Amino acid sequence: MDSAQAGSGELAVDVWRGGDDGRYQRFAVPRRASQTVLDVVTHIQRFLDPTLSYRFACRVGMCGSCAMTVNGKPRWTCRTHVDKVARDGRLTLGPLANMPVVRDLVADMGGFFDKWALARGQFAPTATRADPFAVVDPASAARREADAAIECIGCGVCYAACDVVAWNPAYLGPAALNRAWTLVNDVRDGARGKRLAAVAGDAGCHACHTLMSCTELCPKALSPTRSIAGLKRESLRALLSGKDAAP
Amino acid sequence: MSRRAEVALWAAQRLTAALLAAFVLVHLATIVYAVRAGLSAAAILARVHSSLAWPAFYALFALAAAIHGAIGLRTVAAEWLSWRGRGADAAAVGVAIALAVAGLRAVVAVAA
Amino acid sequence: MLRPARNHPAWWAFLVHRASGVALALFLPAHFWALGTALEGEARLDAFLRWADRPVVVAAEWALVTLLAAHLAGGLRLLALEFLPWREWQKALAAVAAAFAVLAGLVFAMVR
Repeated sequence: MDSAQAGSGELAVDVWRGGDDGRYQRFAVPRRASQTVLDVVTHIQRFLDPTLSYRFACRVGMCGSCAMTVNGKPRWTCRTHVDKVARDGRLTLGPLANMPVVRDLVADMGGFFDKWALARGQFAPTATRADPFAVVDPASAARREADAAIECIGCGVCYAACDVVAWNPAYLGPAALNRAWTLVNDVRDGARGKRLAAVAGDAGCHACHTLMSCTELCPKALSPTRSIAGLKRESLRALLSGKDAAP
Repeated sequence: MSRRAEVALWAAQRLTAALLAAFVLVHLATIVYAVRAGLSAAAILARVHSSLAWPAFYALFALAAAIHGAIGLRTVAAEWLSWRGRGADAAAVGVAIALAVAGLRAVVAVAA
Repeated sequence: MLRPARNHPAWWAFLVHRASGVALALFLPAHFWALGTALEGEARLDAFLRWADRPVVVAAEWALVTLLAAHLAGGLRLLALEFLPWREWQKALAAVAAAFAVLAGLVFAMVR
């Protein structure tokens, strides 16, 4: 944070090593100008300890693979400048929360994607290639709702940040529910009823307490809270009308 | 509990919340009025006895509060005490009944 | 204070809402019981009303009214977020709810 220090000195970096019951290991990493947290992790793996495991891919803020816990918050490390987060030259790095640890900074995202499927986060087609193109008005209310939530790339930051996910093991989580909402608003989709049933109940949208950590931390500035609120309304409508209601 | 029942509980929570919001405002205004006017127990009881509206209002109030509180505590128990399932649901029903009985008893006490 | 990922307004709003809800759920039986003393006659209610004029009880009442106002305001905020079409200004509702609770506490302190 001290600009006189940027580009000089050292960082004290505590990195999680091992599995679910591992420990933090401290490394001293030279500080550089415009350094990102991903740069720090890469330096450790290349020059200090080649056994360190971590994920990354594009390193330019597009893929979401480098998501990790940085000083207690889930973030994309390639888009986190060290100057912004390293207070007193210290960093604490861990794998994403709410997921089992594979090793070191790598979390097992299997459960995250399983919940995506449980929420019926997949498009259910109703037309074939022989049918004319679907006409979807981009200015329609439904499409605007879907478009506001469609840019999710499944990085898991919202899921890692959500306390309801931590407190309620069955909770589908913000990403899965957000995706379900885009499909509920997709006029071409054919599974509306089943999807509304899938996202209802104590493990679904009704467990959201509007904590909004997901919205605060989403690197793509999406608002899963907004999507989940939409699902609550649609779900209630289904319950009251008897149409598309949960079993 | 079926998903439909869980959604119904959530809806009941919101419905009682909206009712309680109105009831609470009426209740607070009434209490403040009674205190400012320096009403004695005799005066309060006399006013309540002379109308059907007050006991009816407070009976509904007590029932709504019992339902709302029980559903809320069920959620807190599930999330912070990891207490879920049949036992927890039965306990929630128990809490609702206990609160309703205590509340209605108080209404009868003041109105009868 | 709160862990880093939790240090934002919507989270504080949740915590206040939950804590006040649990506190109220614990207070309510006591409240109903106290009113039930009226079952034993007007003199008991009078004695209770006089006891309730003691400063420590008045302070506790004030705390309860503030908790109630906080829970009510937070609850109305949730109803708005869940049932009204989403608008960006709804995020400011947390501040509005907090202001309402403080105001309610002040008003009660003055009129009681």
